[in-house]
Amino acid sequence: MKKAFPILAVLTAVLLAYAFYQAMFVAPTDAMQGDVYRIIYYHVPSAWTAFLLFFINFVASVQYLANAKPSTQRAAKWIVIAIGVAGAIAPFIPQVRQQLPTGMYPSSVATTAIIIAGLYFLVGRYFPGQSLDLLAVTTAEVGVVFCTIVLITGPIWARPVWGIWWAPGDIRLTSTLVLWLIYVSYLVLRRFSDSAQTQKLAAVLAVFGALDVPLVYFSIWFFRTQHPQPVIGGGGSIDPGMLHVLLISWMAFLCFAFLVCWSRYGLEKLRREVEEAEALESLLEPAGHAAPSSKAKIPLSRGSR
Amino acid sequence: MNSIKFLYAAYIATWTIHALYIGSLVRRYSRLRRQMKDLGK
Repeated sequence: MKKAFPILAVLTAVLLAYAFYQAMFVAPTDAMQGDVYRIIYYHVPSAWTAFLLFFINFVASVQYLANAKPSTQRAAKWIVIAIGVAGAIAPFIPQVRQQLPTGMYPSSVATTAIIIAGLYFLVGRYFPGQSLDLLAVTTAEVGVVFCTIVLITGPIWARPVWGIWWAPGDIRLTSTLVLWLIYVSYLVLRRFSDSAQTQKLAAVLAVFGALDVPLVYFSIWFFRTQHPQPVIGGGGSIDPGMLHVLLISWMAFLCFAFLVCWSRYGLEKLRREVEEAEALESLLEPAGHAAPSSKAKIPLSRGSR
Repeated sequence: MNSIKFLYAAYIATWTIHALYIGSLVRRYSRLRRQMKDLGK
């Protein structure tokens, strides 16, 4: 697997360069906004990638908590299956269909529900035991990086288009900022807590934090906001040429996020190995020769850094 | 059009943030490798 990393890195760099070329020189210019609209090719893919990473963090955290007991593990599995089945069928029932906001297709809701259930089982299959916690911290940290980009590129785009950097009280903007703050606090908790319960506490925080993701996403459907309507599956519309470039850009950002997550996951694994080795060394040292260094005092259960 | 500066600013900001984060990952990696090496002695 390690040999694949440089090859994937080169491919991702090529894809990112191609996406940049498409965004800057191929995508048509917007009639209203001019060239500044091209920020969309970094702003929107970063937002989608951040949402996906926070969602994986949520799934890993739920599984981490559910795996504490075999009974909760079984219950969680059945709940996810129920969500998948209900989500796949319910949107096609006429009464439910009528309740869907304009522009939201029943097939998109059904597909999302199936993907959610599938992702839960995939994560459980490939990340057993402590790997779930490694995955959770990885996706939270990389997700915060992408969310930071959203919060910085958003105001840079808003200034020439809306005439203001930030619309105070706007639900989309505020909920995104709250989402960022929740995950920053998650990382701060993991960084500074010495408790043996840190991983469990962080998982609980992640589960509640993830509740903000649908609020951010659906806020533009349910509330009046300065932010434009979603370009895919929503009330907004986009030129096919622009959509094509947007999807290329998202693919490039997804590949890049995957590589960054891969590196961060390896880093976290190495950090835990170093901590274990240090703890073992301090145990093996003869009494009276114990090193007074703080290294030896680091508990095994400590969160990420 | 003056707004093109905002486009450049957004792209530069994006890659600056990514570069800083990757830099922090590299720094943390090398620190851990050093610690691992010290433990091996």
